[in-house]
Amino acid sequence: MTHTLELVGLERRYGERIALADVTLNLGHGATLVVFGPNGAGKSTLLRVLAGLLRPHDGTLRVLGHRLPDEDWAVRGRIGLLGHDPLLYRDLTGRENLRYHASLHRVDEPRIDEVLEAVGMERRADEPLRSLSRGMVQRLAVCRAVLHDPELLLLDEPRANLDPAAGALVEPLIGRASGRTRVVTSHDPVGGLAEADLVLGLRAGRPELLEWAADVDPAAIAELYR
Amino acid sequence: MYGKGLRALSITTALVMTGAFALVFFWAPEDADQGFSQKIFYVHVPMAIIALCGFVAGGVMAAMHLRTRDSRWDMRSYVAIHLSIILGVGVLLTGSIWARVSWGHWWVWNEPTLVSFLIIFLLYCTYQPLRFSIQDPERQARYASVFAIMAGAFVPLNFMAVRLAQQYTHPRVLGNIAGNLPGRMEWTFFASMLGMTLLFVTLWKYEMTSKHASSQLRRLKRLLGEGENPAGRRSAAPAAAETAAPV
Amino acid sequence: MTGERDSDPSAPREDPARTPRRGPSTATAVGAILRKELRVELRTLESVPAMSLFSVTTFVLFHFALNRDSVSGDLASGILWVTLLFSSVLAINRLFVADEEQGGFDGFLLAPVDRTALLIAKFLTLLGFLVVLEIVAVPAFGLLLLEPSLGRVLVRLVGILLLADVGIAAVGTLVAALAVRTRARDLLGPLLALPLLVPVVIGAARACAPLLGAGHPGSVPVRWLEILGLYDLVFGLLAYAVFDFLLED
Repeated sequence: MTHTLELVGLERRYGERIALADVTLNLGHGATLVVFGPNGAGKSTLLRVLAGLLRPHDGTLRVLGHRLPDEDWAVRGRIGLLGHDPLLYRDLTGRENLRYHASLHRVDEPRIDEVLEAVGMERRADEPLRSLSRGMVQRLAVCRAVLHDPELLLLDEPRANLDPAAGALVEPLIGRASGRTRVVTSHDPVGGLAEADLVLGLRAGRPELLEWAADVDPAAIAELYR
Repeated sequence: MYGKGLRALSITTALVMTGAFALVFFWAPEDADQGFSQKIFYVHVPMAIIALCGFVAGGVMAAMHLRTRDSRWDMRSYVAIHLSIILGVGVLLTGSIWARVSWGHWWVWNEPTLVSFLIIFLLYCTYQPLRFSIQDPERQARYASVFAIMAGAFVPLNFMAVRLAQQYTHPRVLGNIAGNLPGRMEWTFFASMLGMTLLFVTLWKYEMTSKHASSQLRRLKRLLGEGENPAGRRSAAPAAAETAAPV
Repeated sequence: MTGERDSDPSAPREDPARTPRRGPSTATAVGAILRKELRVELRTLESVPAMSLFSVTTFVLFHFALNRDSVSGDLASGILWVTLLFSSVLAINRLFVADEEQGGFDGFLLAPVDRTALLIAKFLTLLGFLVVLEIVAVPAFGLLLLEPSLGRVLVRLVGILLLADVGIAAVGTLVAALAVRTRARDLLGPLLALPLLVPVVIGAARACAPLLGAGHPGSVPVRWLEILGLYDLVFGLLAYAVFDFLLED
């Protein structure tokens, strides 16, 4: 059986400092992995390694059945990354940004309107990003991340700048209901646990907790931040 | 592993250098036009040639680094370029002294070798600042390698352009390097060339050995858990061999 | 704890190892990036107006610094090329800044696109900036400082300009990508670019000198064009070979 994610002893260093080490887990298709951990624990590093933006230093990594970094050509365009950075140009409008990414991903024009409408941004889509609030930019970043209908979503605190209404709007795109395999980082034990199948707790780059969501004691998550 | 045979090499280098100097001072004939001062030629020209070869070799090693992703190649390239920069200071100083005694000016623009050397030297002066301003050691190594390859290819290209730019060439001893030197001068030149080559290789090996040893030491310290805080150590020198060190 | 876990006991609903997505062709991707670059430049007016203004200001400075009302020959060619070179450094310094600061590199790397597309697009962007700069700077030079008229030698001058522009754009793109992810990018960009571009200045300035002579315009020695052509070829191929290494992490 092929898993969407297969990690064995994954390690990434920053010079001599360990950013991520000994991460071993499998994630099946359509499942959600929620990653907890204090700032600097390696959550963002993990997402960037999974996205193929950072090469692992040790261990093996298979994403969507392909070994990274050797076969990264085979997974590019099948992953949606939503990080702290929206990855959008501030001087362009939302629509121009999405059109740019659409042509890089060979996505049709109607899909742009579709995602803009889904996040309720169709009215503000023709204003430059620098005139929009952070929450609106985040909604456009969601559009960018799901524009090409990725099979794997990597979400770094996706709801950080969103109000509850906007959070509900993006739910069908990046939430559990999207049916995509997801890796989500979170600082919210309750909300994070609710959407998780598998929970990974990181501290100083190392896994401290790896459990089924149903078996996780919320106190164990709080312990990570101590 | 770089220390192997270092003692024998050092002794050979010392002997050859001494011999070459003896030839320069006691055996080589004095130049008809320039007299005794021409003898600086036996230091200046081999030094320039070796420094340029060092730059190009640094570029080739950098290409090996990008091909193999083996950080030891980056360190080899770094040491070669680093030594060539030091030799480069010597080249510019001796060239300047030579120009002063031969033509009465500290700097002459109609000497294409010296002029192109200055341009190349100015370019390589940014090698260390470039390394220093990239914190991530891996990216530092990779970017430094890209620079070294670019600059290595630039060396011959720049030489050609500057050489062509000289409308007239000054009557020089090194018109066709060593090609039309009288016999004794030719032999002395080859001896100096050999001495300088050996000196470069010896220094290269010394620095590699010391870099290797200090990285081993850091690795051991870290294993013992008393290493310095790695984040606090910032350096322009590659610190990579410790991760892939065959002891 | 490092125990292996299966998160989903049921078999995958869909085989995740299905065929990889086909991205756009490199030409399409280059077109998309070029359109984006053009749009950003038209909206921010960051590069081209600054370069043009800088070049005209420099000509005025040369007038006072040299205390000359008009120049010709070697001197004219030198002033023109030093000015063009320094103006182009402004664009080289800014070429990748928006990508570095606003995540453009990651956005590009996530797409199923050949990475060379970014090199080609940025090279063409810089080349375009240089051409626009010269459309402003060369007539301004003719108007403000140059003694002989430009009309008679225009075709040959344009040829030399283009040949030199290709070299400046190739080296400039590479240097810009190298410098932009360092802490001292504003310093490293010019410090790397200027020595590397010395052969371009030698070739272009010497080639232009006979055209800008006071009397009848002389012929352009072919060897300078050969130097420029060789330079374009070497650094073009080199940029193609090493650019990918500047993108990966």
